[in-house]
Order: sequence, then structure tokens, then C-alpha cells
Amino acid sequence: MAFYDEIFSALGLSDWCGTSDDKAPLSLADLAAQARGEEASGPLIPIPSFDNLHESCNRIWQSRDVTNGIEEGFLAAKPALKTVLDPITQPLSWMLDGALWLFEATPWFIMVPLLVAISWYASRSRPVTIFVAVSIMLLAVVDHYDVAMQTLSIIFVCTTISVLFGVPIGIAMSKSDRLQKSVVPLLDLLQTLPTFVYLIPLIFLFSVTESKLYGIAIILYAIVPVIRLTDLGIRLVDQDVIEAANAFGMNDRQKLMRVQLPLALPNIMAGINQTIMMSLAMVVIASLVSAPGLGVNVLRGIRNLELGVGIVAGIGIVLLAVILDRVSKAALTRVDKTQVKH
Amino acid sequence: MTQPMVRLSGLYKIFGARDKDVLHHVQDGMGKEELLAQHGHVLGLNNINVDMQAGEITVVMGLSGSGKSTLIRHLNRLIEPTAGEIIVQGEDVMQLSEDGLRHARQEKMSMVFQKFALLPHKTVLKNAGMPLSVRGEPEADCDKEAAKWLERVGLSGFENHYPAQLSGGMQQRVGIARALTANTPIMLMDEAFSALDPLIRTDMQDLLLELQKELHKTIIFITHDLDEALKLADHLVILKDGFVVQQGEPQHILLNPNDPYIEDFVSDINRARVLRVRSIMTPLVGGKVPKDAHGEVDVNDTLESMIARSGGDTSHAYVVKDGEQTVGTLDMTELVRALVPRVASEAGARQS
Repeated sequence: MAFYDEIFSALGLSDWCGTSDDKAPLSLADLAAQARGEEASGPLIPIPSFDNLHESCNRIWQSRDVTNGIEEGFLAAKPALKTVLDPITQPLSWMLDGALWLFEATPWFIMVPLLVAISWYASRSRPVTIFVAVSIMLLAVVDHYDVAMQTLSIIFVCTTISVLFGVPIGIAMSKSDRLQKSVVPLLDLLQTLPTFVYLIPLIFLFSVTESKLYGIAIILYAIVPVIRLTDLGIRLVDQDVIEAANAFGMNDRQKLMRVQLPLALPNIMAGINQTIMMSLAMVVIASLVSAPGLGVNVLRGIRNLELGVGIVAGIGIVLLAVILDRVSKAALTRVDKTQVKH
Repeated sequence: MTQPMVRLSGLYKIFGARDKDVLHHVQDGMGKEELLAQHGHVLGLNNINVDMQAGEITVVMGLSGSGKSTLIRHLNRLIEPTAGEIIVQGEDVMQLSEDGLRHARQEKMSMVFQKFALLPHKTVLKNAGMPLSVRGEPEADCDKEAAKWLERVGLSGFENHYPAQLSGGMQQRVGIARALTANTPIMLMDEAFSALDPLIRTDMQDLLLELQKELHKTIIFITHDLDEALKLADHLVILKDGFVVQQGEPQHILLNPNDPYIEDFVSDINRARVLRVRSIMTPLVGGKVPKDAHGEVDVNDTLESMIARSGGDTSHAYVVKDGEQTVGTLDMTELVRALVPRVASEAGARQS
């Protein structure tokens, strides 16, 4: 005799509920109780959950119906979503695969000097450049050069796309308070949603063998800071300078290109730095869905309990992170300096 | 008199969401405090009627909160008025389309700001050339014009510095060069020298007067400093709580303040330095020149120089000349009397 029976009959709902021709599978608790040969005895007043109410009234769902419903709803929407999203995101697959091929196909004696040269061009700092060269050689010495390049190619593509989309979105947000109000909760959601949760719907939508699957997961996670900081940077531009721009008759485009973006650049660069760091963090998790690179070795370390492999790959990721952080930070301070020369 | 360069008539500005709805209260004579207390709106400008003549420096003076910065921003519509007309060169600024307004800002009015408002990421040369490059002129022309005006304000050699590398006074010179490069007939100067220290400020005032002697721009200058106002003004407008207390020729206002507020203002002024002979001389009637004159003076001499010249002897009298023409006589006794503000002299009379 379930606890809520009396309440339903008191409310005159017994007929609506129907007879207890319960064909639904038993709950785990019931099953265990049956095995022990006794009626399940919960607390005095069971919590009014779907399952407990269902015992008294057949019309009420069971909790598993909720998760089932979500799943079925998603699967029903999947064909439509797939026909729309598949072609849109296809270029991402091409870019990721192309970059991967490019980074792997370029011989190391061209790639390493090139990376060092880029570091020098971006940072104009000798210690940073030397550090980059030493780190890459360290990775190469322990035969992690190839996987490091794979990871780098993924980050390169994902960061580029994040910036290409994030900066315009940030600009649009800075122009419209209403847009900002509606986008900020979405950004909060993207930033707080556990990273594994991104993967679940994506796995259903796309094939695990497609590279865009991890591409989308990384971009969704990493695009947030560049949007936020572009918006903030433009909003923080000195109002006096904006007024001067207006007073000399600049149009909106001139104001954006000549005043707002250059003055917001340090903030935007800080956003890009964060975006790089976050895509690197996501790259390990993305290896669960077939992203190549250092993450795969970490995963191997966990799965096969190969301690050394996991730790070496982990240190490789740290080295990569420090390289990317130092180079982009040095570029940021350089931009800052050209702005305010004291 | 010819058409003024800028005419403001019946200009009202009320800050708040329902400014048009509460306008009639102000027009019926409600004051700033009442409006704020009863309707929660702030009165910015109250029935401003000012004509600004071409080639003159019109100085708008008032304390903080008097609405002077609000006033100057109406000329190029950085602030939209609640009601009223703004006529610039015979054209109603309020009727301009967005493009027309931008055009007017580019071609008719340039502005100098209290906080300089230079672009920190551009060199001094590019900053000064900004108004031209906004109009889309070739870079070489912008640089040439900018370099010319930078030299004119005494900044040659600093073209490739960044604003933050310059002192405040030099930054404001860049600001002035930028306004001059725009080559507009009207220059709006919003407390342009207020952020500078006193010595630099005097330098900049001299620079402005020197440039003005040559360029004959229509300058609208905002300041809270009466000394500065009297030094620069051809036409002085005194604002208080958003309305014009008195306007006119500065010497006239100094000698005939029509409001206790202005009397307070002018009481601390070094009158000998500001007043000129023409304001206090006795105009010549019937061509009679006193025989005992001690010499000839120019109408535009300051009283300070007269005191020095007479050695402080109040019995002297001088013939006043405007160029070749004799226009009046100056009695040193009159001069001494003019040095005492009217309020003070009345107070003195009551005591005795």
C-alpha cells in the first residue's frame, strides 16, 4: 500500500489514475526489496517524487520517463539539426584536418625555426624566444614533437575561429545593451557547464570520427573570454576621446576602426590569451572524442595506468601552455607599451 | 550689424526622460531646484539667447554646474537641446540630417577639450592631422597641414612623439593644432586651459590671442576663470544655473555689473590690469582739449600702465588718442575711482 494512495482517493482522482495494472519495470529499490522477500519500506512520508507518486497513480510519469523524453526529443530533432548544422560546420572539419596535415607534413627543420621566428615577431623578447626554442627541442628529444604539433594545430584553428567570431560578437554587444543582457547569461552557461557535458549532445549529432566534433566543443568553451573582453574593452574606452571623435565628425565605422578597437586592443589581446589557454585545457578532454595530440597520451596514461606516458604528455601540455601564454602575454605588453609610452 | 556667425535663440536643455513634458514649467519660470524636487529633472540651460559674431572671441563664463559645457556642446549637437534654435552661418543646425551634421562638424566647427582627448595610440603628427584624414584626404596632405600647424603652435620636432610623452601644456598645443588643422571658421574651446598650471595657462592664452590676431576665427571659449575671460573676451556671457545673467563687452560688465552674483565675481579682479582707458575716459565733446594735459595716451592702454606713467599723481590729466584722432580726456582722479568696485565704494560711502 503506497503512501499517496489515500491522497489521490481523497481528491477523487482514483478513477483518473486507473487501476494498478502496473506493467512498468520495477524500480531498483523495489527490486532489491523483492529479492530480500519484503515490501520496500521507505521513510514514513516518502518524498513526493515521480516514482513515489507513480506507485499510487498510474497516470503519473516515472522519473526515467523524463530522461527518456529528453533523449527521444533530441533524437527526433536530430535529423533536422543535422541537416542544418552538418554543412555549416563542415568547413571546420576541413580546416582542422588541413591544419593537422600542414603541421605534420612540414619537416621539423622548417617548422621549429618558423615557430621560433613567429615567437620573436610577436613578443620581441629574447628570453621568451629562447624559452620557446628550448621547450620545443625538449619535446622533440623525448619524441613528443609530432603529438605536440598535432595539439598546436588544433589550438591554432580553434583560436583563430574563436577570434574571428568572438571579436565581432563582442563589438556588437558593446553597441547594444539589450544584446549584452541576452548574451551574457549564455556566456555564463558556456563557461560553467562541465566540459564533458558539451560532448554528450555533440556525440549524438556528429560522428565521433569527424574532427569538427572536438572542434566545436573546444570553440564553444574557448570563445567566451574573447567575447567578454572585447565587449568590456570597447565599453571602457575613454569617453572624452569618443566625444572628440564625434566632434570632428567621425562616422561609426571610423570611430570603431580608429578609436575604439585600437584603444580596446590590450583588453582584446588579454581575451585572446585566455582563449588560447582555455582551448588548450579542452584539448585533453577532446581526446576522448578522437582529438589527436598530447591528450591522447594522457588518456593512455589513465586508461592503461601507464604512469610515465601520462606524466610526460602532461608536462608536454604544460610546456605548450607556458609557451603560448608567454608569447601572447609578451605581445600584449608590447601593444600596451606602444599605446602609452611614458 | 551683419548676421552673426552663431545665433542661439530660446535654447532650453532639461536632462531627464520626460524633458519635453516638463519644459512648460521652466518656461513658466520654475527654477532649477524646484524642477529637481518636483519633477526629478535637471535644468541644464534656461532660455539662452546669444549672438556670436564672426571673428570675435565669445567667452562663456560660469561656475561649475552653470551649464557652460552643456551650452558649447549644443553648437555641434553633441548634446541635443530640449527646445530652441541653433543657427550657424545662417543654417539651422537642428534641421541637419545625420550626414549633414557630420559634415558640419568636419567643415565648420572644430573643438578643443579640457582633457585634451588626443588619441593615445597615434603620434602627435597623426593626431593633429586627424580632422583631415576623417574627411578622407590623402595622408600626405594631412601630414603636411598637421606639420604646418604644429610648427605654428611651437611643437616642431615633436611630430613623432606620442601624446603621453608630452606635458599637459604641450598636449593642449596638439589639441589646438588639431583644431586649426581642421581649418574651420568656428573653434569651440571647452575649458581648454583649465587643466593647465597658471604659468602655462598664461602662455597658452597669449598663443591663442596671437593666433587669433592672424586667423580671425570665431572662437567660443568656455572658462570658469574671470581673469581668463576678461583677457580673451570680445563678448562675455555670464551663466548662472543655466541662464544668462549678463552679457556684453567685458569692460562694460566690469564697470556696470547688473547682478549681485556678478558683483561678487568682479570684486576680486585686478581692475587696473583689465580696464582700459577707453572705458573710463571722458569722451570729447565739442573738440575742446584741456590745456594742462600732461601728454597723450592710447585708448587701449591699461590703467596699470597709466598709473606707472603718472607716477601715482592723481592731479594729472591726459589727452586720449585713437590713432591720430583725439577722442577724449582722462583725469587721473576718475581713474582712481574706477579702480574701486561699485559695491565696495557704496559700502565705503555708507560708513563715512
